[in-house]
Amino acid sequence: MLDSVIFYFFAGMAIVSAVLMITRRNAIHSAIFLITTLLATAGIFLQLRAEFLFISQIILFVGGIMVLFIFVIILVRLDVPLPQVRWRTQKWIALLVALAVGMEAGVVLWFARKIPGQGLIFPNPAPADKLHPNTEELARSLFGSYLLPFEIASVLLLVAMVGAVVMAKKRTDA
Amino acid sequence: MLHSILAFVQAWWVELLCALLIVLVVPLIAVYIALVERKFMADVQARPDPMRVGPHGLLQQIPDALKLLFKEDLIPANADQFIFWFAPVLSMTAALTSMGAVAFGPWFQVARDINIGLLFVVGVSALRPLGIILGGWASNNHYSIIGALRSTAQLISYETTAGFALVSGFLLAGTLNVRAIVEIQRTDQAWFVFLAPVGFFIYLIASIVETNREPFDLPETKSELVAGSIAEYGGFRWLLYFLAEYANRIVVASVGTTLFLGGWLRPFPNVRWLIWLDAAPTLLLAAVGAYCVFRAGKQPAREQSLFMWAVALACFVVAAIFALAAPFGHLPFELMHNGLYGAFWLLFKVSAYIYISMWLRFTLPRFRFDQFTRLGWHILIPLAVINVVGVSIALALSSEFGINRWVATFITTVAAIGAAMLLLHWNDKYSDAASAALLADSSVVEGTHAG
Repeated sequence: MLDSVIFYFFAGMAIVSAVLMITRRNAIHSAIFLITTLLATAGIFLQLRAEFLFISQIILFVGGIMVLFIFVIILVRLDVPLPQVRWRTQKWIALLVALAVGMEAGVVLWFARKIPGQGLIFPNPAPADKLHPNTEELARSLFGSYLLPFEIASVLLLVAMVGAVVMAKKRTDA
Repeated sequence: MLHSILAFVQAWWVELLCALLIVLVVPLIAVYIALVERKFMADVQARPDPMRVGPHGLLQQIPDALKLLFKEDLIPANADQFIFWFAPVLSMTAALTSMGAVAFGPWFQVARDINIGLLFVVGVSALRPLGIILGGWASNNHYSIIGALRSTAQLISYETTAGFALVSGFLLAGTLNVRAIVEIQRTDQAWFVFLAPVGFFIYLIASIVETNREPFDLPETKSELVAGSIAEYGGFRWLLYFLAEYANRIVVASVGTTLFLGGWLRPFPNVRWLIWLDAAPTLLLAAVGAYCVFRAGKQPAREQSLFMWAVALACFVVAAIFALAAPFGHLPFELMHNGLYGAFWLLFKVSAYIYISMWLRFTLPRFRFDQFTRLGWHILIPLAVINVVGVSIALALSSEFGINRWVATFITTVAAIGAAMLLLHWNDKYSDAASAALLADSSVVEGTHAG
């Protein structure tokens, strides 16, 4: 009972603040509601006993990426709602795309119910006191079973970072 | 409904009590840390400290806090009303929440035995600068916005540094759980500050940066930015920022203490002949009480000497509690004994940590912003990475070839000293050029050195 109350609380918060994030005019307000969405998602991770994901969501997204977002918004003064005028013409395309995606999701859910033994399976959750320690399990799968993909992803990120530095450097020199 | 609430309280009353105690006591402790800071600053600067309110000015902070509470609540007309209200609350919430996983002694901890342990503390306190940034932006004031930008840059540069310093400790511990980290330091017979000294010093620097103290208080430099990101705040809202800052100092100090200074362990817990150190809490408190008695006769007013007697009495009572608990380090009373003595040693180390950071504050001049970011990116982050690599190599050596873990000290120290010399050498060349460019650009000089 408590679990589902917590889940619906965080899920509702995430959805409401995601909607608010899109509708706010002020970029900083949008950023704040994005932070709330991310925190609510972190709360759902915690409710699922994925502690490590919970805290890395907070450290990475809220503590790192969102702080950078706000930095850029303050620095570039995006809080002036000027560029929104240009995007208003794309309203109908956006509506169409949203409808298409929504219908796809509906079709998937509908057919998943029809086919026996396939589609959405809800396995019984393991009892909370018998879970393996989350951090250790994650480390084992990242650095054991999936070492190569992990390293490739790291190299990819490093390349992106070096590329960003090089591009930024060129502009200041010119 | 009532039944389920009762069941909840029955299951969680220890945690609820700890949380309540943290919320009630931490502001009081924070206020008294500020008093110690004022007195210590006055001492260093050879001027009189607050002496009038209460004996030795011991009650000075209470009228100060009352003044702030009753001050008129001002919100600038052009400020963003909601965020202006919300930002200090966010700072305070983050600071108090992050205390949830800090263990003040082996038994006093709200979130006990959570798997992520210290990472929770570090992660949640990463939210606190968000309050400063948003508050600075919401004030709609140039100085505040510059303060907010500086705070962001500071956070981004030094969060990485602090993270890498902590990683070296986590590698040595092999776990994130607070209790396990401390127990490993007991069985290893060494605090991690001795196994990874470089990591500890990097964390010390980064922790001062994260709490915005001088010499790194660039977001609120009084001589350049009035009060920076919190310039528009007054009264109760300012008090919230103030309390959050001091609470965060306690958090940062207790993370450092737990990971590097042996947490709630007595110094040398395994050495037989140092067992007399267990009497230290009793003796220390009794000595403080005796000093209060000695000073009580010299107070100018009768009320003040009465107050001094009361403080002395309180000290003696606590000392007596420690003395009574001392012989009961056995099974039925073990919890009480360990809890009391562990809490004493942890708070003692945390106080020492905060005292050292104050000491640095009064001794060092403030960094210029470009020097400060260069220190972070060009020197501290490379050193922290080298330290992590060194610790990993030492751990691999000890697990593969059975070499003692103390080799970590040797590897990290030698590598860090070598790297630091190289980095400083390169940095000197680079920073001379950068300073010359800065001076040549007159607009920058006028802009940043106006104060």
